[in-house]
Amino acid sequence: MAVYSKTILLKDTNLAQEDRTRDFYTNFLQKLEESSLSELVQVVRVSDIGVYNKGVVIKIMPDNIMYANLKDSDIPRIINTTIKEGKPLDDLELKRTGRQLRIVLRNCGMIDPENIRDYIGVDGYLALKKVLLESTPEKVIEEMKKSGLRGRGGAGFPTWMKWKFARAIAADEKYVICNGDEGDPGAYMDRSVLEGDPHSVIEGMIIAAFAIGATKGYFYIRAEYPLAVERIQKAIEDARTCGLLGQNILGSQFNFDVEVRLGAGAFVCGEETALIASIEGKRGTPRPRPPYPSVKGLWGKPTVINNVETLANIPYIFLKGGDHFAKAGTATSKGTKVFAVTGKVRNSGLVEVPMGITLREIVYDICGGTSSGKQLKAVQTGGPSGGVIPAEYLDTPVDYDNLQKLGSIMGSGGMIIMDEDDCLVDIAKFYLGFCVEESCGKCSPCRIGGTQMLRVLERITEGKGRIEDLDMLRRIAFAMQKASLCALGQTAANPVLSTVRYFEAEYKEHIVNKKCPSHKCSKLASYMIIQDKCKKCGLCQKHCPAGAIPGSREEGYTIKQDRCVKCGQCFEVCKFKAISKE
Amino acid sequence: MAKVVKAKINGILLRVAEGTTILEAARSVQIKIPTLCKHPDLPASAACGICIVKAKGSNKMLRACCTPLEEGMEITTHDPEIVEIRRTVIELILSNHPNDCLKCGRNNNCELQKLTADFGITEEQFPQFLRDLPKDSSTNTIVLEPQKCILCGRCVEVCQDNQDVWALSFIERGIKTHISPAGQIQLGESPCVRCGQCSAHCPTGAIVEKDETGKVWDALRSEGKYCVVQIAPAVRVAIGEAFGFPMGANLTKKLYALLRRLGFKAVFDTSFAADVTIMEEASEFEERLLSGKKPLPLITSCCPAWVDFMEKFHPDMIEHFSSCKSPHEILGVLSKTYYAKKNNIDPAKIFNVSIMPCTAKKYEITRSNEMFASGYQDVDISLTTRELARMIKQAGIDFTTLPDEECDSILGEYAGAGVIFGATGGVMEAALRTAYNFITGKELGKVEFENVRGLKGVKESEVELDGKKIKIAVAHGLGNVEYVLGKIRQAKAQGKEMPYHFVEVMACVGGCVGGGGQPYMVTDELRRNRAEGLYQDDNDKQIRCSHQNPYIKRLYEEFLEKPLSDKAENLLHTHYKGRPVYRR
Repeated sequence: MAVYSKTILLKDTNLAQEDRTRDFYTNFLQKLEESSLSELVQVVRVSDIGVYNKGVVIKIMPDNIMYANLKDSDIPRIINTTIKEGKPLDDLELKRTGRQLRIVLRNCGMIDPENIRDYIGVDGYLALKKVLLESTPEKVIEEMKKSGLRGRGGAGFPTWMKWKFARAIAADEKYVICNGDEGDPGAYMDRSVLEGDPHSVIEGMIIAAFAIGATKGYFYIRAEYPLAVERIQKAIEDARTCGLLGQNILGSQFNFDVEVRLGAGAFVCGEETALIASIEGKRGTPRPRPPYPSVKGLWGKPTVINNVETLANIPYIFLKGGDHFAKAGTATSKGTKVFAVTGKVRNSGLVEVPMGITLREIVYDICGGTSSGKQLKAVQTGGPSGGVIPAEYLDTPVDYDNLQKLGSIMGSGGMIIMDEDDCLVDIAKFYLGFCVEESCGKCSPCRIGGTQMLRVLERITEGKGRIEDLDMLRRIAFAMQKASLCALGQTAANPVLSTVRYFEAEYKEHIVNKKCPSHKCSKLASYMIIQDKCKKCGLCQKHCPAGAIPGSREEGYTIKQDRCVKCGQCFEVCKFKAISKE
Repeated sequence: MAKVVKAKINGILLRVAEGTTILEAARSVQIKIPTLCKHPDLPASAACGICIVKAKGSNKMLRACCTPLEEGMEITTHDPEIVEIRRTVIELILSNHPNDCLKCGRNNNCELQKLTADFGITEEQFPQFLRDLPKDSSTNTIVLEPQKCILCGRCVEVCQDNQDVWALSFIERGIKTHISPAGQIQLGESPCVRCGQCSAHCPTGAIVEKDETGKVWDALRSEGKYCVVQIAPAVRVAIGEAFGFPMGANLTKKLYALLRRLGFKAVFDTSFAADVTIMEEASEFEERLLSGKKPLPLITSCCPAWVDFMEKFHPDMIEHFSSCKSPHEILGVLSKTYYAKKNNIDPAKIFNVSIMPCTAKKYEITRSNEMFASGYQDVDISLTTRELARMIKQAGIDFTTLPDEECDSILGEYAGAGVIFGATGGVMEAALRTAYNFITGKELGKVEFENVRGLKGVKESEVELDGKKIKIAVAHGLGNVEYVLGKIRQAKAQGKEMPYHFVEVMACVGGCVGGGGQPYMVTDELRRNRAEGLYQDDNDKQIRCSHQNPYIKRLYEEFLEKPLSDKAENLLHTHYKGRPVYRR
C-alpha cells in the first residue's frame, strides 16, 4: 500500500463548472508529476467539502489547510509553498474563524470513510471496546446521563432516558434504529456524517444496542442518499469482517447486527412511529403515542430510535467521558450542534458549534455575514417545523430551550439567513407548502388545516388578502398545534406563527396596501417604464405575454396596469434598466 | 386481575382498569367526549383530532380515544379552549366536505352532521374546496363517494383487519389522500365481497348501500305486478333501533302488518326458507357423513359475501361447500313456483322483494344463472334493513303503534331453527337439530347447542351423533376464516383425519345480526342483544326443529318430494366456481 505524505481533497463543483474543475484536477496532477511528487501526494476528488459558492476548493491534509476560488495559475504556488514547505498561502486560504468545535464531524474529511483502518487509526471502536469489555449497560446509561446528550433529530429528548425506558422493558427482542431519513429542505448534516464517517454511527449504534439489550439494528436512510447508503453498507460489511458486528463482538458475550432499509422519500417517515410503520412494510403514517417506541416499537418490541448525529456523538462520549462532553454547551443543552447554514450568507456550509453560541457568532464570525452586504433581516431555524428569529434576537445563545422560547426550534439544524430582500410571507408560504405536500393525510387538523392556511397565504401574496386572514391563520394554527397527531402537523404552522408574531407589519403591508416590501411576491409588484431611461427599443413589448405594453418605437411605450399579469418578463429583458418594479 | 389506576376527570375521582382509554373512562362517569373517527366497535385510529383533552401539567393535548388513563392524571375534557379547537377542526373538516346534506344518503343519520349541529355551526368559516373524486357504484351493492369521506379509517380497518378482504385502502397522501381500491380500479373490479361492513361503519355518506327503495315503490304502484315480500331473521331484531325500540326487540309481527300496509300482496318469512335450507343441508351432511362420496367437512354457504370470498380467495374449498342456496333465494324460487302454482298466479307477475340485513344479497340475486331457476329472476330486489326503515318513514306509518299481524301461508310459518339463522352459530345449531334426526331417527331431548353460540371469533366444539363424535367449527368475521381453512388444508396436505366434519362461516362479525345492511353503530353489546332476540323467538316456538315444521312437510309432500330430489336439486341448489380476485 502506498504511503502518501499528503492527501489533497478536491471538491467537484456543480455540473456547469465540472469541466473547469476537471481541468484544474488534471493540471494539478500534471504539475505534481512534473515536480516528481505523484508518489508522495494523493489527490482525491470529493463530492462535498462543506463549502459552497467558492469555486474550486481544496483541502490539504494533514495540515488541514483549505484554499478556495482557485485558478490554474495558483497550482505552482501551492505546490512550492504549501506542499513542499508546508507554509500556508494567506491570500488563498479560506479561514473558518469563530468558535467551532468538531465532535460529530471530527473525522469527516479527515479519514477515508471507506477504509475501516482509517477509522480505527483515529481511535475508532476503542469506545466500543471499553464499553463491551469494561462496562455494564447500567453504567453506559449512567455515563450518557452525565453527558446530557439530547436527541439531535428535532425534539431534543434526553438520549439516556430513551435508552433507560427501553432497557427497563423485558422482551425477547429489542431494536435500535438509526434515523437517517433527513428531510428538512437544505439540511445535510446527517448525510455528511453517513458519507464522511460511517463507522462512528455504527459504533454509536452498537453501544446503544448494548445499553438496551438489543440484538438487531436498522439503518433507515432515505433513498436519495445513494452514496451514504453505499458507504454505510460497505462499513457494515467491513465491521462484520473485523468482528465488530455479529456474534460475540470483540470476544464479548454481546451479539448485534444491523441491516439497511431505504426510505422512499416521505418526510413524515422521519417521525418515529411512521418510520417504524415504513420498516414494517406498511403505509408510512404515524400512530398515536403512547405506547412510545421504547416500550412498543418495531414489530411491537422495545425500540430505540436515534438520529445519525446523535449516534455519531456517542463514541466520543465514551472515549472522553460524559463529564468531558458536558463541558461544552449550556445548562440544559450539552455538546455541540451541526448547522447547515444557507441563504444570504457569505460562507454557507456546515458548521459545528458548541451549544450556547449566539446566532451572531454563527452568522458573522463563522459565516462572514450576509452575502449581499445588506442588513440581516431574520434567521430561520429548525426547517419546516421551525420558525424565524428576527435580527434583534441575534445575541440569544443557541440551545433547545432558547430557540423554543423565541417560537422556533433547534430541529435537525437547518439555518437559513435572510436579508432585506427576503419576504417573510413568502418564506412562510414556502415552508408551509412543504409540510402540506408532505402531510401523510391521516389526521384532519394537519391535512385540511395546512391546506387552508396555505390557501390564505397564497391569497395574501396575490393581493387578495383580508385583514381577518391574520386571525384565521392564528386560529387554524392553534388547532393544528393542539389537535394534530404527530410532530409534523403540530409544528407545521410554526413558520407562519413566528412570522406573524415578528413581522405582522409585513403581512399587513401585503394585505392592506397590496405591496410586498421586498418585491418578492410577483403578483403584488407593479411595473412601470421610466421614460427618461427608455431607449424605445420595443423589447418589452415583444416579450409581454399579455399585450399590456402598447406603443411604438416612435411614440415610446407604457405599461397598462389593468392588463399586466405581473410576470416580470419586461423587467427581466430590459437592457437599460428602464423598467421599475415596486 | 388487571391493575387499577386512580385518576380524575373533570374533578371526578375514578378508578378504572389499567389500559382503559380516557374516552372510555369518561363515559363511565357520564362524560361524553365527542369524536368522529372512533367507532365503539373498532380500535382507535386517531384520525379526526376532535377528542382532544387536557392533562394537568402538560401543555400538549391528548387524544382521548387512544390515550390510556394513567395513575394520578387530572384530565379536563371541556373548557372554552378545547371546545374552540374542536369547533375549528370540525369547521376544517366541513370545508373539505360537500354540503349537500339534503340530498345525501345519510341525511339525518350522519355523525358529522350531528356534530356540526351540536356545535351550532351555522356559517362557513373556511372557504370550501372539494377533492375531485368520482363516485363509484360499480359493485351494484354499495356506493363509494370518496368526496364525502373524512378519512376516519373505519372502513379500511374493517375491510383489511376484520374482514381480511383488502379491497379498500388509503391512496396517495396529504390533501390528496382518499379511500379506494389499490391501483386506480373500481370497487367492482377489486376483491370487494360486498359484505357492506364499510357502509355500516362509515360515519358519513361516503359509503352507503345502493338505495333501491324507488324501484320497490315503482313495483308496488305498478298494476301488473303481484308484489310479495320476505324478511330475513336478523331484520326483525334490529329495525326497531331506527324507531326507538329497545335493543334486540323482536318486531316480527309488526313487520308483517307494516309490509302489508306498504302494499305487498303476500308477506313471507325467510325463516321458513331457512327451514328448507336445513332440510337440504342436513341431508347433504348425512350423505357426506355416511356415503363418503363427497369430502368432509361440509361448509355452509348461505352467506353470499362468504361465498364470494371463498370463490375469490379459497377456490380449493369449493368441493366442501354445501350446494344448497341461501334461504332468501329458496324463498324467491318457491314464491314463483310452488306458491304461484297453488294460488294460480302467473309467476311472471310476481315481484319478490327481500328485506335483508345485508348488502351482499343485492349481489346474490343475480350471482349466477341458478338464481333464475323459476324461469324468472327469483328475487327481484333486495333491500337492506336501513332501506326498509326509510320506506317506513316515507310511507308515514307509525311503526311504533302498529298492531301485530300474522304472515301469509304457505311460505311463512317457521320453526325455531329457522330464525336463529340470523346469529352466528345459528345455522350450525339448526342443522344439528335436524341432522340428528336424519342420522339417528330419534328426536333430541334438548335442542340447544350452547357451544356454538356467542361472539368468540372461532367456536370449535364436538357433538355426539349416534355414538360418533362430530367435530364442528363456527367462524364469523372473514378475518377468522383463515384459521379454520388453514387447519383443513394442513390435514389435507398431510393426509390426516379432517379436523372438522361441519363448518359454519358468516362473513360479518356476529353473523347476520351484525350484517352490513343493519342499522348503524353496531357494537358487541348490540350484536348480543339482537342475537338474544332471535334465541328468545326460537325458545318461544312450539316447534324448534325444521323437519318438524308442518309446512315444510307439506312442501316436500306436495312439491319437492324429498330433500335432494331432482326437483330440489334443480330449484334449490347451485354451483360455485373460482373467480379472479382482481377483474382487470
